[in-house]
Amino acid sequence: MAKTLDKVNVVTVGVGWMGGIIAAECAKAGLKVRGLERGKARSTADYQMIHDEYRYAIRYELMQDLSKETITFRNNRKMRALPMRQLGSFLLGENLGGAGTHWNGHTFRFLPYDFQIKTMTEQKYGKNKLSPDYLLQDWGITYDELEPYFDKFEKTAGISGENTNPFAGKRSNDFPTPPMKRTPILKKFENAASSLGYHPYMLPSANLSEAYENPDGQTIGACQYCGFCERFGCEYGAKTSPEITVVPTAMKTGNFDVTFHANVVEVLKSGNKVTGVRYVDTQTGEEFIQPADVVVLTSYVMNNAKLLMVSKIGEQYNPDTGRGTLGKNYGYQILPGVTGFFDEQMNVFMGAGALGMTIDDFNGDSFDHSDLDFIHGASISLTQTGNRPIQTNPIPPDVPAWGADFKKASIENYTRTLSIGGQGASMPHKENFMSLDPDYRDAYGVPLLQLTYNFTEQDRNMHKYLTDRIAEIMKEMGAKTVVPGNPISDYDIVPYQTTHNTGGTIMGTDPANSVVNTYLQHWDAENLFVVGAGNFPHNGGYNPTGTIGALAYRTAEAIQKYSKTGGSLV
Amino acid sequence: MADDQKGLSRRDFLKTTGIATGALVGGGLIGGLVGYNVNKDGVQTKSGTKNAEDHDVTSVKGLMFFTNHADFNVLSQAVERIFPEDDLGPGAIGLGVPYFIDNQLAGSYGNNTREYMQGPFFAGEATQGYQSRLTRAEMFRQGIAKMEEEAQKRYQKPFVDLDGGQMDEIITAFQKNEVEMKGVSSEFFFRVLRQATLEGAYADPIYNGNNNMDAWRMKGFPGHQMAYINMIEDEKFQKIEPKSISTMQH
Repeated sequence: MAKTLDKVNVVTVGVGWMGGIIAAECAKAGLKVRGLERGKARSTADYQMIHDEYRYAIRYELMQDLSKETITFRNNRKMRALPMRQLGSFLLGENLGGAGTHWNGHTFRFLPYDFQIKTMTEQKYGKNKLSPDYLLQDWGITYDELEPYFDKFEKTAGISGENTNPFAGKRSNDFPTPPMKRTPILKKFENAASSLGYHPYMLPSANLSEAYENPDGQTIGACQYCGFCERFGCEYGAKTSPEITVVPTAMKTGNFDVTFHANVVEVLKSGNKVTGVRYVDTQTGEEFIQPADVVVLTSYVMNNAKLLMVSKIGEQYNPDTGRGTLGKNYGYQILPGVTGFFDEQMNVFMGAGALGMTIDDFNGDSFDHSDLDFIHGASISLTQTGNRPIQTNPIPPDVPAWGADFKKASIENYTRTLSIGGQGASMPHKENFMSLDPDYRDAYGVPLLQLTYNFTEQDRNMHKYLTDRIAEIMKEMGAKTVVPGNPISDYDIVPYQTTHNTGGTIMGTDPANSVVNTYLQHWDAENLFVVGAGNFPHNGGYNPTGTIGALAYRTAEAIQKYSKTGGSLV
Repeated sequence: MADDQKGLSRRDFLKTTGIATGALVGGGLIGGLVGYNVNKDGVQTKSGTKNAEDHDVTSVKGLMFFTNHADFNVLSQAVERIFPEDDLGPGAIGLGVPYFIDNQLAGSYGNNTREYMQGPFFAGEATQGYQSRLTRAEMFRQGIAKMEEEAQKRYQKPFVDLDGGQMDEIITAFQKNEVEMKGVSSEFFFRVLRQATLEGAYADPIYNGNNNMDAWRMKGFPGHQMAYINMIEDEKFQKIEPKSISTMQH
């Protein structure tokens, strides 16, 4: 029998970036907020041993314990879905800070085009540019409406950047801190991209160029370029993360606490409202009911969708009929890339997660797609994140994967190889969706989320076109050998690609084609909010955190308003 | 690379093993000595000789997973073929990779502790990844036994007595999925073995591979350094003496 706890105003399910932002803003406004975090507490002090590639980057110390919970996956409906038994394609977060602890810190704003993608695509290219199998839709909010919240998130995080990208939406303010260092490696890309007529700019970074105090009084250190960022926490507190910003901000109000080892298994609903959540204490196995005036799902894309499904809130998407919205429009990212082999040795082991330069000349609708067989595109970046030796063994295509020649070539090329990559947008397709798995369960007896996903024609066409463009840049950079990535065929969940999963709990202006409204308020339960990249109706050509950060700030404001007035916010 | 860059632990080893310092140039020879003993005899020639470099007061290596030297020596020879000693420096044996793998197999890596291991199990498509009911420990035990079996079948000799080309032929058969294994494909085992070899070579030496950080030196990776903020803008390539995370002090 579950024990019922005292009611709070707001409960967040998960305490990463989303939970932290909601908690900080609501607690500052006087609401009593409780965060339920299935993992443990952690802070900068816990990252002292972080310069350990094997422990953190290979064995995934900071990431989700899949023995407790994973997802199942199939490429299409004809295949039997099987569990993702090991992490690979994407690295799910766990513990305080979530994936916001081991992110790299690339902090972009989605393009104005992204928010109105259906309207703008049809205006320019007609209604038949993409087949109707692609479930393209506007987000219901414009870039300009979201701009103040982008600004707010960037100020909280102290983002380092330069306002020189001609394709970006208009900014109300410059970046809070100057861009990171332009290293010799970055300059190679900058010179090559410029000479091809493109518009390189310093990647907006949450590894800060200088020490910074944010408007909440939290301090973030200056990045030391140690080369251990992606998959790691920052021992300097120089990579903006929830546990050094929004979480302490919420804590110092006295209105916020976190219950750790609390794994939420159900959102409790009665009529058109939710009453709270049920969770399992993972250390004792005891069950608790946490009643709340407002429930906010702030875990990762997968878990937000799963909790709605197991709680039977909303209608499951059905690819046969097109009915239902929950689980619909799952998106990923398309990653064209090129490796270049150089003669000279470079300091590739130095770096920072978001140290890079980017062009948007082939992102969004920056370029004409009239004669192309796809829409959208990718931000194209060269990043110097710090190459580490277990994961970095570059060999030219004619060298075998093991043995004497492999050893020689991988050692020779470790310091002589650079890569340029694109983060390509992912268009929603009717066959790409999330649902509940009928066979496999997590450690608490709850069904696993099932992912049905494959690359589509649009993805393959975009990948091919952009790979060619990227190869031209690499050639211009002076690489002696330019090796383009292979064309994509079927999505493979094994090799790491990107932890930028989107969709499944998408936002919109109509309950017929979205799960939440533009305030991320659930259409079927007015005191339930669902926050995260799951809200994206498609995935853009950038990392998602800047955009979900902005959406979360807007929702935090909406929850405060709802707490006073009640009812639908639209 | 000059001898004086090798650091104290190397010189201590030379002293304790009685090898004249003057006879050694670079990292290759030590790997060669270690590899030689195992290569020729398949077993330790003299207690402590094979891993003399490990037996100083601060670093003792031993087997936590394998229960006999014969299996361990098959593993050693196989990983040495994957990452051999050459003029650049030591190979997998010289770097301690077999110990790294053994030790890892005895722990959460070998037992797939943080991975989803609940059934039902189905072979699945390649795009669905690891679907074996075997843990890595079970997979390695079977895989090593299969390597020995292949050696006997093809050459009527123990794996460790084969010449390099013959060993490569067997490893290639695994890579091409031509060897029958139970509960897992030989191709999959090969991939895990190859990956584990690289992990053992290049992980921090606290994991009992990457002896003396020699793999990092070969590659030009400085290991754990607190900061590069003062040199990251330099055009010049920086050669930096590597450091282990075990030196970490804030």
